[in-house]
Amino acid sequence: MVKSIVEIKNVSKSYGKKQVLKNVSFSIPSGKIIGLIGKNGMGKTTLIKLISGLLRPDQGQIRIEQENPGPVSKALVSYLPERTYLDRSMRVDEVLRYFRDFYKDFDFSKANRLICDLGLDLNMKIGSMSKGMQEKFQLILVMSRKAKLYILDEPLGGVDPATRDYILDTILSNFDEGSSILISTHMIADIERILDEVVILEEGEVKLIEEADELRTGNNCSIDEYFRRTYAW
Amino acid sequence: MAKAFSNDRPIYLQLVEEIEQAILTGQYGPNQKLPSVREFAAIYQVNPNTMQKALQELEKKKLIYTERTNGKFVSENCSLIEDVRQKQAHQIVAQCIKDLNALGLSAKDAIELLKKENENGEIDR
Repeated sequence: MVKSIVEIKNVSKSYGKKQVLKNVSFSIPSGKIIGLIGKNGMGKTTLIKLISGLLRPDQGQIRIEQENPGPVSKALVSYLPERTYLDRSMRVDEVLRYFRDFYKDFDFSKANRLICDLGLDLNMKIGSMSKGMQEKFQLILVMSRKAKLYILDEPLGGVDPATRDYILDTILSNFDEGSSILISTHMIADIERILDEVVILEEGEVKLIEEADELRTGNNCSIDEYFRRTYAW
Repeated sequence: MAKAFSNDRPIYLQLVEEIEQAILTGQYGPNQKLPSVREFAAIYQVNPNTMQKALQELEKKKLIYTERTNGKFVSENCSLIEDVRQKQAHQIVAQCIKDLNALGLSAKDAIELLKKENENGEIDR
């Protein structure tokens, strides 16, 4: 049996009266890239925040390498949030040192190399970067950790096609063997080629868990098309 | 950006075809060492697991073989590679005739057309 890095069992979560996750269960095996797909507002980011330990489930259990989400699991998980959290007044080199001090598994020289490849100036302030550049820089930070699990929340939110290729390439060539990636997206067409498995969330429930290529063969179409057909408005 | 894959067919099958093609055209010759799974995945910009699956498929077809600890190599069996070539050629011709039939041409017309095209091509060359 394949070892799983994350186990999610019967997890539910509400914000006030609104239930956003209903009895969600799935696991993330080691060495796989999993796509968490669903329309806006279906619970993707909430689920990611639960795995990252930023929120607590109302019911159910989440285990990351047998640990409850907390300081130990956070050291194993490298998380790219949807929105930037970096201090706009900091320079690139300052952020790099900050990450080196903060995360034991941060590969400082790798991050420097990737930034050099990107042609990014170490003295540049975060605030003066374009949105696309900020996204690339954050991805470099996240992928430069030797984590067990990478969680990328909408890594392609509003980037141009060239940037999209750069991001996909950086994801593929920098995740370690034995670690896994969970990518959430509603832009399926852009990302489906790199996925091993897909998990579809609809109205806070897991509707489907399937291997990407099997889904294509079984329905004779792309995952994007399957999704549009099945979950149309 | 590497080759654009179509998303409506399994990516690993498209990779099998791509690598088969590279073997047929001699880009990877008999007994030549192939890139590692990771290198291959980077070349085609695909998930290493998908690449692994494609290479397993090629190994099943005996077009490539694994030497323990040493990596993967193209088969030395030239006749096997030739078989694949013939099979692909056959598919192309069959599809061509089918398409021309759909246009309303008989098989005989189709063959005539191919001949003519070939002759024209030779003049151009």
